[in-house]
Amino acid sequence: MEAPILSVRELTVDFSTDAGNFRAVDGLTFDIPRGKTVALVGESGSGKSVTAQAILQILSKKAKITNGSLLFNDPSNGGSIDIASLPAESDAMHSLRGGRIAMIFQEPMTSLSPLHTIGDQISEALMIHADVDQATANQRTMDVLNRVGFPDPKRALRTYPFELSGGLRQRAMIAMALITRPALLIADEPTTALDVTTQAQILDLIKELQVETGMSVLLITHDLGVVANVADEVVVMYRGRIMEAGSREEIFRNAQHPYLQALMRAVPRFAMADDERLTPIREVKSASLASLDAPQRVQPAGPILKVERLTKSFTLRSGWFAGKSREIRAVSEVDLSLPAGTTLGLVGESGCGKTTVSKMIMRAITPNSGKVLFDDGTGPKDVHKLEGEALTTYRRSVQFIFQDPFSSLNPRMTVYELLTEPLRIHDIGTSDERYERVKHLLEMVGLDQRALRRYPHSFSGGQRQRLGIARALALEPRVLLCDEPVSALDVSVQAQVLNLLKDLQSALGLSYLFVSHNLAVVDYIADTIAVMCRGYIVEEAPKSSLFRNPVHPYTQALLAAVPDPDIDRPLDFTKLRTGGFSQPSAWPEPFRIAPGEFGVMKEIEPGHKVRLGRPTAREAA
Amino acid sequence: MIRFLLRRIATMAVTMLIISALVFFIIKLPPGDFLTNQIAELRAQGESASIAKAEFLIRQYGLDKPAWQQYLVWLGVMPGPNGFSGLLQGDWGWSFEYDKPVVDVVGDALWLTLLVNFAVVIFIHLVAIPIAIYSATRQYSIGDYIATFIGYIGLATPSFLLALILLYYMNRWFGISIGGLFDAQYAGQPWTWDKVQSLLSHLVVPTVVIGLGGTAAMIRRMRANLLDELGKQYYVTAKAKGLGPTKALLKYPFRMSLNPFIADIGNLLPQLVSGSVLVSLVLSLPTVGPILLSALKSQDQFLAGFILMFVAVLTVVGMLVSDLLLAWLDPRIRMGGAR
Repeated sequence: MEAPILSVRELTVDFSTDAGNFRAVDGLTFDIPRGKTVALVGESGSGKSVTAQAILQILSKKAKITNGSLLFNDPSNGGSIDIASLPAESDAMHSLRGGRIAMIFQEPMTSLSPLHTIGDQISEALMIHADVDQATANQRTMDVLNRVGFPDPKRALRTYPFELSGGLRQRAMIAMALITRPALLIADEPTTALDVTTQAQILDLIKELQVETGMSVLLITHDLGVVANVADEVVVMYRGRIMEAGSREEIFRNAQHPYLQALMRAVPRFAMADDERLTPIREVKSASLASLDAPQRVQPAGPILKVERLTKSFTLRSGWFAGKSREIRAVSEVDLSLPAGTTLGLVGESGCGKTTVSKMIMRAITPNSGKVLFDDGTGPKDVHKLEGEALTTYRRSVQFIFQDPFSSLNPRMTVYELLTEPLRIHDIGTSDERYERVKHLLEMVGLDQRALRRYPHSFSGGQRQRLGIARALALEPRVLLCDEPVSALDVSVQAQVLNLLKDLQSALGLSYLFVSHNLAVVDYIADTIAVMCRGYIVEEAPKSSLFRNPVHPYTQALLAAVPDPDIDRPLDFTKLRTGGFSQPSAWPEPFRIAPGEFGVMKEIEPGHKVRLGRPTAREAA
Repeated sequence: MIRFLLRRIATMAVTMLIISALVFFIIKLPPGDFLTNQIAELRAQGESASIAKAEFLIRQYGLDKPAWQQYLVWLGVMPGPNGFSGLLQGDWGWSFEYDKPVVDVVGDALWLTLLVNFAVVIFIHLVAIPIAIYSATRQYSIGDYIATFIGYIGLATPSFLLALILLYYMNRWFGISIGGLFDAQYAGQPWTWDKVQSLLSHLVVPTVVIGLGGTAAMIRRMRANLLDELGKQYYVTAKAKGLGPTKALLKYPFRMSLNPFIADIGNLLPQLVSGSVLVSLVLSLPTVGPILLSALKSQDQFLAGFILMFVAVLTVVGMLVSDLLLAWLDPRIRMGGAR
């Protein structure tokens, strides 16, 4: 058997901080075989990124490799070096870094310098390691840009990162890593920040390049779906140690370690039974939720919230010197209806207009045309025409849960202040009553009363998101708008929060508009799902119907692109390679929508509607 | 680009117009003017000949007219006693205190002021940037603490006090006089190589004294900016590419951290002119600072007005320069909005 590219033996990394020493990686041992992909899996804080940084010796100043070896066997010259014994700024390390071992990162926007062109940054990587002049380097850069799928490599040389989409930026990162033909590529969450269809394309690209160049890949991820699709071997980490390691088959068919089994149970999957619950790794019990009675309120006859032909355009000023402006239609004639006590899932990729819709429902943005109707039992009223007392009542009835639990809580307010703020704004109750209410809210979301005097920074991501939910519940709302409430959370914590939202709904009779890009999550929580693309609702259906029979090409592409943590259901990369799913003018007939047109929704079975282009609709009529 | 420049120049013209109005009326706010004060004084002494001359000057410069007419004449859009002759025509008026045209009073002082301030700006950047880079890359090291400590002393020391101390000790230890911008024998002489040499040697101390506070402030801000940028992902990318530490630092985070300083150029120039008045007085530098001070005190309206307008022009032009530099350096600004 040939020697592995990299043998990690007893690797230990310590952090020395003001609060004392902390062992991030503890005696890690694994091999990366030649030409294979090894996936390093774990929650955030499990030490997987620190391991990658240790291999490249780009650890932060506080961290140090205190024990173990990193034996790198270079297939090009047969030499073998212990990376752990090299000084971080030695010449040998510089030539390994980026030359023989390259790395790509999670956030393609921040990983590229905004001030330098793509061409400059990519050719620089080559010129550090190979003795070539700028012209040759540019030629090689164009070749590699062409290989990773840039439509016009020559123009791309002079393009700045902010002019590119997230997918293209990540392709540029890959080009930068691969231009030196490294033996090992370390990919640290390479697709976490990308949309699912883009994610599938990038994973496909990495696999293809691997076959072409014979490099090994160390893939760091928390997404078991990605692992099931691209890894050959899997190493599961928890708190700096290996919990379980083995081939993909062994890990997915026969998970031994309880941690891994728990992790698998916490991930939402498509094939779940209707009443199946996710099992979070650490279950949070809410003491008072079971015994809670829904407040007695008049129920509306129709849906509690209804959106009719909502349209919104934004004016973009392009260029600092040119001063020209053009109009972008972000939301095109969106119709939605949310029956009381149910969940409507709104799915779409970034930039499709889903957040704009939720902001218009909140009355944070005024639509160009269309209506938002809210019915509290006294008949539907147009939200954008409400004034005075009626508006205040509406604001109280509809609350928002934000995506980022870190920036949505004011770090200078205690939990008590955060949770009572809505009550103070609406002037509800005396201070004693507010105190009782806040204690009750904390119980509902499964947090301890001792949390009241603490500040948000002392809570974990999942706990903060529960604080955000408690704050949204303070005013006893009837509708919650959840904008990607779990996308910033680890899978295990995601399960906690999703379960909490489900329990709250059944206990309090809440209605949710759940906005997300994650189809599996929406499938788990929603009753009805609306798929949005480029400002259009392209398909809307009860969830069973949508997943059983997706009709619209965009929905089909979206479903096909979600990596399932089930190795018997691999991604169909060839199908996704074509691209162009999110171009309304590139959809096949009868779905094609010409620029400037709206198309029409057509009901194909009860509750299941699809958007068709105009001409067909005219023919049908 | 050209449209942008034209638009900017148009707004600059409007801005200058508004500033000129404000400057003029604020100077006129106190009752009376230089000449009426002088006439009152002369009257007390009973000198009728001088009074006649002063009254002639009052008529000559239209000081007996309403303030708004005086303003328009000063600006050069209304005919005065000499026809259209104001700022727009390049006639900067008459200094009553010096009894000379304004242009002769400020003359050399203007260029010397620019020279001193230019030297100060260069000094600040040359000293502050290396120290800030050292301090940021070695955060919490002994060197960082020493640089921080010296920075605080620099911030806390009043520069005129430092000027006085240096004035005394330089003379006592080295026997050199550092007052003025050149040795006494060159005053009023035409420019020769010796005079330039004398100027350069006299420039050192004022530059250090005036620049110290700015240097300390810049070290602190640059260090903070750079520390922010050092934590960014693209710096890790640069290191992961195999770039050496110095090159990676200068090409990526350092360049990013420069933006706020370029944006500051517009503010820097007027601040240095007005900020160095005390030091100029103490070191008897022939810059416009002290002239402005005395002109304001004696209500020498055309002289004060001209100097203030000069500072305003510096500010507005500095802003334009910094905007253009920013657009040139930062593609996000150049192509901003067109994502």
